[in-house]
Amino acid sequence: MDIVPILSTLRRHKTTALLVVLEIALTCAIVCNAVFLISNRLERMKMPGGVAQHELIMVQAASIGQQADAKARAREDLALLRQIPGVTAAALVNEVPFTNSSWNTSIKLDPKQKLATLNATQYYGENLLQTFGTRLVAGRYFRDDEYMDFADIRNNEELQAKVGSIVITQGLAEKLWPGQSPLGRSIYLGDSSVRVIGVVAGLIRPSLFNGDASAQWSMVFPLRMDTGNASRYVLRSAPAERERVLAAAAAALRKADPHRVILDKKTLDELRDDFFQGDRSMAGLMLGVCVALLVVTALGIVGLGSFWVAQRRRTIGVRRALGATRGNILHYFQTENFLLATIGIALGMVLAYGINLFLMVHYELPRLPAFYLPVGAAVLWLIGQAAVLGPALRAAAVPPVVATRSV
Amino acid sequence: MFGYYLDLALRSLKRNKVLTALMVLAIALGIGTSMTTLTVMHVLSGDPIPGKSAQLFRVRMNVYPDDSFRQGDKVPDNLTRRDAEALLLAGQADRQAAMSAGAMVVVSAKGEPLRVATRYTGADFFPMFDAPMRYGAAWRREDDAGRARVAVISDALNEQLFGGADSVGQTLRVGDQSLRIVGVLGDWSMNPRFYDLSNGQFGDSEQVFVPLSTALDLKLSTSGSTSCWGNAPDPRAADAPCIWLQYWAELGTPAKAAAYRQYLQNYIALQQQGGRFTHDGQAGLLDVMQWLDAKGVVPADVRLQTWLALGFLGICLLNTVGLLLAKFLRRSGEIGVRRALGASRRAIFVQCLVEAGVVGIAGGAFGLALAALGLVLVRHQPTDYGAYVHMDLRMLLATFVLALASSLLAGLLPAWRAMHVAPAVALKSN
Repeated sequence: MDIVPILSTLRRHKTTALLVVLEIALTCAIVCNAVFLISNRLERMKMPGGVAQHELIMVQAASIGQQADAKARAREDLALLRQIPGVTAAALVNEVPFTNSSWNTSIKLDPKQKLATLNATQYYGENLLQTFGTRLVAGRYFRDDEYMDFADIRNNEELQAKVGSIVITQGLAEKLWPGQSPLGRSIYLGDSSVRVIGVVAGLIRPSLFNGDASAQWSMVFPLRMDTGNASRYVLRSAPAERERVLAAAAAALRKADPHRVILDKKTLDELRDDFFQGDRSMAGLMLGVCVALLVVTALGIVGLGSFWVAQRRRTIGVRRALGATRGNILHYFQTENFLLATIGIALGMVLAYGINLFLMVHYELPRLPAFYLPVGAAVLWLIGQAAVLGPALRAAAVPPVVATRSV
Repeated sequence: MFGYYLDLALRSLKRNKVLTALMVLAIALGIGTSMTTLTVMHVLSGDPIPGKSAQLFRVRMNVYPDDSFRQGDKVPDNLTRRDAEALLLAGQADRQAAMSAGAMVVVSAKGEPLRVATRYTGADFFPMFDAPMRYGAAWRREDDAGRARVAVISDALNEQLFGGADSVGQTLRVGDQSLRIVGVLGDWSMNPRFYDLSNGQFGDSEQVFVPLSTALDLKLSTSGSTSCWGNAPDPRAADAPCIWLQYWAELGTPAKAAAYRQYLQNYIALQQQGGRFTHDGQAGLLDVMQWLDAKGVVPADVRLQTWLALGFLGICLLNTVGLLLAKFLRRSGEIGVRRALGASRRAIFVQCLVEAGVVGIAGGAFGLALAALGLVLVRHQPTDYGAYVHMDLRMLLATFVLALASSLLAGLLPAWRAMHVAPAVALKSN
């Protein structure tokens, strides 16, 4: 197909041609970035927790006032919870993944360091790792005799120094000692130090307030919580049993202490869903806007295409009378659209990279992968061709006899 | 004349229903998404206490010891108890209050435990933040000093515990302690809850207010961010090296604010001379809107959505420009006849713009419906601000202004082209 006549025609319709090009360019730029944002959000929602995701439930309970017998209360509560049929493990912990309350501290690798190395979260709770169902990749979990009461060490520096061991995640180990075995190494918290005795494959920190890069920087301490300093009970059961266990656990806790308020009771799946709700709705919204954008652009092409066909009816008739086939006319409009789309896409790619740069600076987004551009181009070409097909077919249907009539 | 143009516009729009529908739909989609996100932005970035937001200041300072001080770090938001009490004692502002959030379990008349959110603060809190009283009155400054066992409760809690009756003088049981109710708040909600953005930025106000001194005395549980340096067995102790108290000051005039800034500088200098640290220290005041801005109350996602929606509106407008151009130029013949019969270029231009405006108004009306739908979706999202997102009269008007302005903008180029149609050529080709 000869494109020279098409170009000369377009030169005479600069404004309309420019409008189509601009619309395609903007659509290309926005859709590429929006799809990239969607894929980022979907990727984030797959973030590994490192725990037995479908087997855990959490019940949060608050008591009235100060408790004298908090340690005994906690022991009793856990014994009651373990008696619930279907419960395979239970723990009273200070924090739970996919919630927004977290205990964090900054750590050093050398006590003489002036500034801390990084900030990591602190998980406390007897039997926490076994209940959470983390996967041990090196070393061991805590022995029963290693646990100390958090209530006792809290205000006692001497006892704090005796907390000797800690289990960390692979992610944290890799960050602190890249390529080396973390077992036996020391981490300094304030004036005291702890030695790494075990490494788990993963354990996500609650409330990713320091950004996603530090999501796996978690430390687990051999500390026992009581009802005076922790409120979250975590239970493990078969996935199908969870709803029943949840109800039974809340009832058991209330029965053990009627002056107690159940603040929250959810499966870990529900907590996870809530935690990523913002990402899900953002992805949904982006998707909606993308579809609407493509539809609007396609309708715009249909509208302008129809206008052009109507405007050139006479010319088309003359061409047909001079021997052009229906196919020639059809191809003419298709090629014209392809040309405009190509210019628009080229412009759109530059714009897409520009928008991506802006997002990288202001929203900490990664660079747009290069493969988005050919895919985006293909989609817009297809949409352009689909949109122009109707008007082009109408153009092809113009009979040669039009040439002899005055319109 | 306008009526005639309007009539012409309506006729023309009726002639090609599909093209008209396309244009109205494009504008409606653009306006609908833009207005949804702009309304969310409007609510999030609104002034929670109009008329007073320039007189209320968050007081911040950096008194870290040398080994915790990093040059270039942000000034911490909260104060240590030692500094907050020193500022309160000096009382250099018109009104001032140190405060913290907390939670407690109160026992209802029926003996049921009830978890309530609390605020531990000073007597100045209520007049400072324009909190109205339904019954009774706020406690007095003497009560702060005397650690009086008093409380002000919210209207909602009063409803729950006392069925809405005047409960002043009644007792609030908190564990084994009791507080005497001195006041019941009237209708009062600050959204965003600027005075404490650390425990949910939107939501109802707290249900129980207790003097800070009393709360510390009774060791009531606090919540919110606490950060300590050094060993701090009890972060709430009078000399604990922990920052956790929020501090607000009311300064009625810019001169007073300047004087207070100077006072803070002097205070910091005194601390430095006293040997607490050797660095320069930092102190500052932020008024309500600066404070909201510094804390990033508008989430990054919402800003991004607004950009996206405006981009979408831009594309919809480009689309409308193209379609209007097609429509007007298709009528070259008609325009030629009108020009030949004496219509001026200006008349053609205005006529075309009226037609664009009609499309814009129709798109605006339809877009308003889409925005209302969009806001219903926003309210169903589990965000803390969702429930407070409503379209007010200003945004309603803004919708039509935006729709009309954008359609007129879209109509400018097509109208310009239409006005320059040469009558002779148009008539001949007819």
